Amino acid sequence: MTALVVEGVRKSFGDRLVLAGIDLEVRDHEAVCLIGTSGSGKSTLLRCIDLLEPVDEGRILLGGEDITDPDADEDAVRRRMGIVFQAYNLFPHLTVLDNVTLGPRRALRVPKAEAQGRATELLARFGLADKAGDHPDRLSGGQQQRVAIVRALAMEPEVLLLDEITSALDPELVGEVLDVIRGLRSGGMTMVLATHEMAFAREIADRVHFLDGGRIIESGPPGAVLDEPREPRTRQFLQRVTGRR
Amino acid sequence: MTDAVGRPGLTPRQLRERRDRRRSTAVAAVSTVVVFGAVALVVSRASGFDEVRSSFFDGPEFTESLREIVPAFWLNVRVFLVAEVFILVCALLLAVARSSRAPALFPVRLFATVYVDVFRGIPVLLVLFLLGFGVPALRLEGVPNDPVIWGTVALILSYSAYVSEVYRAGIDSVHETQRAAARAVGLTGGQSMRFVVLPQAVRRVVPALLNDFIALQKETSLLSVIGPIEAARQAQIESARSFNFTSYTAAALIFLAITIPLTRLTDHLLGRQRRRMTVGPAG
Ligand SMILES: Nc1ncnc2c1ncn2[C@@H]1O[C@H](COP(=O)(O)OP(=O)(O)OP(=O)(O)O)[C@@H](O)[C@H]1O
Ligand SMILES: [Mg+2]
Repeated sequence: MTALVVEGVRKSFGDRLVLAGIDLEVRDHEAVCLIGTSGSGKSTLLRCIDLLEPVDEGRILLGGEDITDPDADEDAVRRRMGIVFQAYNLFPHLTVLDNVTLGPRRALRVPKAEAQGRATELLARFGLADKAGDHPDRLSGGQQQRVAIVRALAMEPEVLLLDEITSALDPELVGEVLDVIRGLRSGGMTMVLATHEMAFAREIADRVHFLDGGRIIESGPPGAVLDEPREPRTRQFLQRVTGRR
Repeated sequence: MTDAVGRPGLTPRQLRERRDRRRSTAVAAVSTVVVFGAVALVVSRASGFDEVRSSFFDGPEFTESLREIVPAFWLNVRVFLVAEVFILVCALLLAVARSSRAPALFPVRLFATVYVDVFRGIPVLLVLFLLGFGVPALRLEGVPNDPVIWGTVALILSYSAYVSEVYRAGIDSVHETQRAAARAVGLTGGQSMRFVVLPQAVRRVVPALLNDFIALQKETSLLSVIGPIEAARQAQIESARSFNFTSYTAAALIFLAITIPLTRLTDHLLGRQRRRMTVGPAG
């Protein structure tokens, strides 16, 4: 089954066209990677999918349902998806536990004790059990990003969107966050990841999409797109990020 | 580690720092005594010093007027406390209304904006006159005529406009990404405001709020222009009775007894906030 369909999505900021007609399909339990230069529109696409930005044209279907329909309940749609940002964006005034339970308690109306029980379990699963009572500023970047992932998972999303979640991390902290994603992958989580980690994309992705100037100009399995790119632009990009000739 | 003098745990560097600190304190103390002594000497030798002292700092007059002014000051305190509570709530509602984004809330936003523009632009004194004299003159059925009530209402109306701007600055200072993160976990716009934006905004503006409350505490004496006898007005009455200005000094000291601790507290909170901003990690 298809979890997510993006059809002809266009988006401009002012007179700057950022998404120039995006088509994308993500099947259940698939992990899809978006790669592309800075400014190619990866973050904007993910934000549009999560309805954090309105699209100008086109449709987005979640589980077959048109979520860009003006009559769709945006808050209800967001409850079915999770997004993790590059800069974590944890709530600094709340403890780790409260960061994780805020959505379930207020948006899903899960009783407090139940929400806390589930959050504690999730935190423990990701090695954060002893951090539950701390505020985010006491945590390392890697720990903060793992909390942000747990916060998204606590909503039991149908689709998880991950926007360059390791870009703000010191190199030695990248591994612990990628391990979390590997775990989710083998658990069958449906994911869309924007990433600059080509090796990781190769390892984890079912499909890779190369964005350039607001368009997907090359798609396919990682072996094809990353190792034998057809498009000159893709080749150029890969040479630049991997430093290979 | 033990040094030559036998004090444990102090490195030579720490010892030197301690000596420097002690020396600074001593220098500050000596210079204070010298300067203030010199000022006192000059002032007390100046012609008219005795006159000033008996007009503004007369001992018996001071005690006597305090007896009258302190009960009158109680009115200032009550007005302040009541007004304060209403201002905190009204201003917050105004700020939230102005920061709302839903198209359906446009009328609310418009009302809040016009309200703040109007009441920030009118002198408090005029609002006092308008309500304190104007409303009782209407002789409306079931509407109280007590000038204390209308004076308090006037302060609430004016100050809510100012304080809502303080809140709004706080709301604006919370980064857009916080709102996005709140929406992303499924919260509605209202819930995002309540559980994510406001808690952070209010924390940031506590010192600024305190500042406005110090101003309000003083401004309660404006109530006297529409009749009620509060501390400043009582001091004026005492002064007229005794042909002496000591009662004003007494009233001033009473106000200071409240405002100076508040000012210190504000400075303390501001200092703590600034230190946190510079040392703390980015949120
Ligand atoms: N809110 C906004 N207002 C105006 N322009 C924006 C906004 N958000 C993004 N843009 C612009 O849209 C373009 C695409 O940005 P986007 O963040 O989607 O790129 P990206 O592929 O995620 O890049 P990066 O790899 O640097 O994260 C950029 O040129 C950016 O300046
Ligand atoms: Mg981006």
